[in-house]
Amino acid sequence: MAVFVIRRLIGLIAVLFAITVMTFLIFFATPGVDPSRQLAGRNPQPAVVAAIKHQFGLDRPLPIRYLLMMKRLFVSRDLVSYGNQALKVVPAITSATPVTFSLVFGAAVIWVVLSILTGLLAVVFKGTIVDPLLMILALIGISMPVFWLGEVANLITQDRLHNTFLFHWVPPNGYTPLTANPWQWFLHLIIPWLTLSVLYIGFYARVLRANLLDVANEDYVRTARAKGLSERRVLLKHMLRTSMITFVSLFGLDFGVLVGGGAILTEVVFGLPGVGKLTYDSLVSLDLPVIMATVIYGAFFITIANALVDIVYARLDPRIRPA
Amino acid sequence: MAETLLEVNDLKVSFRTEDGVVKAVDGVSFTLAKGEVLGIVGESGSGKSVTMMSLLRLINDPNMKVEGEVLYKGRNIMKLSEGRMREVRGADIAMIFQDPMTSLNPVYRVGDQIIEALVTHRDIEKQQAKKRAVDLLKQVGIPQAESRVDDFPHQFSGGMRQRAMIAMALANNPDILIADEPTTALDVTIQAQILELIDRLKDEFNSAVILITHDLGVVADIADRIAVMYAGRIVEFGDKRDLFYDPQHPYTWGLLGSIPRLDRPKQERLHSIEGMPPSLITLPEGCKFRPRCPHAFEKCKQEPALVARVEGERHLDRCWLDVETKRAIREKTIQGATAAA
Repeated sequence: MAVFVIRRLIGLIAVLFAITVMTFLIFFATPGVDPSRQLAGRNPQPAVVAAIKHQFGLDRPLPIRYLLMMKRLFVSRDLVSYGNQALKVVPAITSATPVTFSLVFGAAVIWVVLSILTGLLAVVFKGTIVDPLLMILALIGISMPVFWLGEVANLITQDRLHNTFLFHWVPPNGYTPLTANPWQWFLHLIIPWLTLSVLYIGFYARVLRANLLDVANEDYVRTARAKGLSERRVLLKHMLRTSMITFVSLFGLDFGVLVGGGAILTEVVFGLPGVGKLTYDSLVSLDLPVIMATVIYGAFFITIANALVDIVYARLDPRIRPA
Repeated sequence: MAETLLEVNDLKVSFRTEDGVVKAVDGVSFTLAKGEVLGIVGESGSGKSVTMMSLLRLINDPNMKVEGEVLYKGRNIMKLSEGRMREVRGADIAMIFQDPMTSLNPVYRVGDQIIEALVTHRDIEKQQAKKRAVDLLKQVGIPQAESRVDDFPHQFSGGMRQRAMIAMALANNPDILIADEPTTALDVTIQAQILELIDRLKDEFNSAVILITHDLGVVADIADRIAVMYAGRIVEFGDKRDLFYDPQHPYTWGLLGSIPRLDRPKQERLHSIEGMPPSLITLPEGCKFRPRCPHAFEKCKQEPALVARVEGERHLDRCWLDVETKRAIREKTIQGATAAA
């Protein structure tokens, strides 16, 4: 286990190094992004531009500039945005993280529970109308873009039906920290959770159903029945566990991507000041320090999520456990 | 004659397919006595496995149709509720399968899978069940059973997995053990060990055994009676001695002739039965073996019944040929063309 953790940590550092270098190089290779021009304001004097270049270290060679940025990001942790000198990058990320985590964790719980339930129901009711009906519903869920669904949800809960008994409890868009008011936190997030999870419920339910049907023909499932086990036990104990392997690897990737800023559309639609929103804003203004920080943050969580998937994998299937 | 445990009467299993109705099993009847070993022999597709799977009602296919009755201790288990049937499976009638590599669940420990079989059918503490699992593994000859009980199936060799399967099947002292080609997927040296094991354990556990195989050599050792199946029906049925020394059906002759033997003159090539088994959708009229039978004649266009045609009641066959004629011509088929030439 210790070896596993160390190997993963080395891998993580390598990934972070590669991704920061690449982001850095791509940024400076992109035409029209010279930050000193942005910083200097409209029609600046060349001398002013040069002064700003010097002040931000932009007149030094690229490797030095990279190291300086990394130092300010990780060591002195006082890196500021190019566009807004008051925006300190590290605090911006740390204050956006809980919002994204709240959104993604809640949605993940909903989508895991509901997709497993849907997948199991479809298999139990295979051969009846229930199975194709569930799968069509799943397909509809997959087909609805999250930004559209989010806007429709807003339209219904904030506007059209807000004054009816159905949705009068829905608070205005925004975020309340869990520590400030747990109930308000929950109320603010429930609609975003459902919106974000719809796609994944549909997708995961279909994947799980396909895997379950695959496993249903395995010899050991026949053995389990020949032992006299109940159908429920055969399904939950002997079929579900081996079927979860694809599910878990997909979950690790999707979860990592979402926590790493992939929930951007949901965050924007519901006005949640999370990492996705931060990434979006920094990309719009081509603000390298913030882009760099969000990229590192995202890569970190995607790598961690993958490591967790490997651990869960080994728990699910003893054949891939290291000896 | 010992007490009859199992009586199968006119069992028919068919499957609806796009090409027509496949008659996988067509009117199979036999009985099994307490402590007896019944060998069922036939080539692939002759209906051996389907017969056994449908005894336990393990086939779950909406296109399947099963007729006939299966009396276990006088009770028709085809009519039992699914819940009652589960009490029979694994407790009264247990089954082991052909491929031990895939028959155990790869994600659970071998011991836990045996324990699961125990706790499903009896009120037993987990600790005791584990002790019993270790004992069972010892009985089937797993070395260091105390530690191996916690191994996963992939840590077992093929032979050991089949031993573990046998341990699991015998966990609840079943009256009947159905072994569906238990040695087919194993090395020849392991095959003999597994057969010997089944032979020994059936006495220790006082179980009757139905041994399904496509290999007459396998049943030669341990079976008491043998049924030969062809195209979904039994074509010859009798005591092992009678079947080997006085075979009545030309198909049985063909099977016996295709065993390589060291005690006979060396043949140029191994004898085989001409032609292919018939399609189970469009079966030939009359005797189902007629198209491949070198001795077929006019009468074979009517299907012969499975009745006793030789002296005694216990040797049944489905062949119109006169017993004396058969005894005169069969050696040629069994010994093969080279020996006759």
